[in-house]
Amino acid sequence: MSWVTQTLSSSIGKKLVMALTGLFLCSFLLVHMSGNLQLFKQDNGLAFNVYAVFMTTNPLVKTISYGLYAFILLHAIEGLYLAYQNRQARGDQRYVINGGSANSSWFSRNMAVLGTILLVFIVVHMSNFWFEYKFGYVPYTQYEQNLVTGETVATPYEGQIKSKLEEYIREESNTRVVIAKDLYRSVMEGFKNPLLVFFYVLSMFAVSFHLVHGFRSAFQTLGLNHPKYNPIFNFLGIGIFGIVIPIGFALMPLYFFIKSM
Amino acid sequence: MEGNMNLTLKVWRQKNKKTAGKIETYQLTGISPDMSFLEMFDVLNEQLINEGQQPIAFDHDCREGICGMCSMYINGRPHGPKDAVTTCQLHMRSFSDGDTIVVEPWRAKAFPIIKDLVVDRSAFDRIQAAGGYISVNTGNAQDANSLPIAKDAADEAFSAAACIGCGACVAACKNASAMLFVSAKVSQLSLLPQGQPERTMRAERMVAQMDEEGFGACTNTGACSAECPKEISLEHIARLNREYLGAKVSSDKV
Repeated sequence: MSWVTQTLSSSIGKKLVMALTGLFLCSFLLVHMSGNLQLFKQDNGLAFNVYAVFMTTNPLVKTISYGLYAFILLHAIEGLYLAYQNRQARGDQRYVINGGSANSSWFSRNMAVLGTILLVFIVVHMSNFWFEYKFGYVPYTQYEQNLVTGETVATPYEGQIKSKLEEYIREESNTRVVIAKDLYRSVMEGFKNPLLVFFYVLSMFAVSFHLVHGFRSAFQTLGLNHPKYNPIFNFLGIGIFGIVIPIGFALMPLYFFIKSM
Repeated sequence: MEGNMNLTLKVWRQKNKKTAGKIETYQLTGISPDMSFLEMFDVLNEQLINEGQQPIAFDHDCREGICGMCSMYINGRPHGPKDAVTTCQLHMRSFSDGDTIVVEPWRAKAFPIIKDLVVDRSAFDRIQAAGGYISVNTGNAQDANSLPIAKDAADEAFSAAACIGCGACVAACKNASAMLFVSAKVSQLSLLPQGQPERTMRAERMVAQMDEEGFGACTNTGACSAECPKEISLEHIARLNREYLGAKVSSDKV
């Protein structure tokens, strides 16, 4: 066994893999959040749909996204394996009475449970939108944006376009015309379903709890435990990844659900 | 020492490593609140001996909180309900008359039960032997001022050296991880000039031995530090991570 595999398969090495992949997934959440905020833009989904094309065609983004899928799998598989191994370490007989709540937080003790919920969520979420967008049927929409007033009119587009996005300027009427797959509509339709909205919001609680522990835990694993920097990790871990990000994501299905009522 | 506390004790009884154990219930009367938890067990054992039963085996030695022998999992917490005390320093005044107290041994695959509440903690000895030492020349002690050590470093090393190796960290951890113990030992020596010659080798070998013994991996729940009778800080685990990963990327051992 080379020193690299030996290091990565040691208990601290496995933690390192969990920490680095976890932090990468955290950074993805920031990108995902900032991009998806375009769902709230009152333009019938023009900005969001153009963004969706960019995210699925740009070679750099595509490369990173394949890395992302790999890291999600690695984080999940390694995490479940560690949870199994750690459970084995207790031995055959477990405690009759165990007062875990006296010494640690509930979510820190249940990272594997929370992570499993998130894995199920990711599968559902990707099959709802990502799979539909890439392999399923998503209708096209034609946007006509008046370049002077900024007013946008969206109409269903029945024809076929060669690339994923068609964009041109109509000089005579001073309008920008964009034809793209209308993922925005899929989102809007999807979140009419109250069960799906409930599942999404519930999953965001899991995101919050998982990250409140996970984000700060990652830095501890990297050896970064220092009174100068801990307040920053706490602020980011609790404030941003534990509160702002999950609430931001939960607002998206809620927004579309309320809009559809 | 007579008292007025009446208690119900539920104690894990297990004949040996191989047979299955179970919880047995005992009634105790006239316990003084000034007794230590172990003295209460002494009273119970006298009672059992008088009744012709096997006394309960439990580990104890100094009974003043420094040897690290006592190891009881009391009402779901290592060393009982109070912070920063060992079982021997826990007194019955921390409980109320009429309480039911459940006492179990440490539970970890790496700490097999020998009998009743006694577990085999020699895994810790093997981890210590793997690298928890320094090399010094024998003979007269050298002049104390020949090795200057900063006060901060000495204090930090001492906070790690306070570890008595009782294993409460392993018992409290949901993963039965020995990270706090190993981190205290690695930390203590890596902070001092005397520990420098074996520094990288120590981190590598002690972690390797820890993994081999079958302890779980750390998930940073912090239960170990919260339950540690010597209040060893999680900062030592962060230092161990730095020491280990640094050793792995830089040591000559390929």
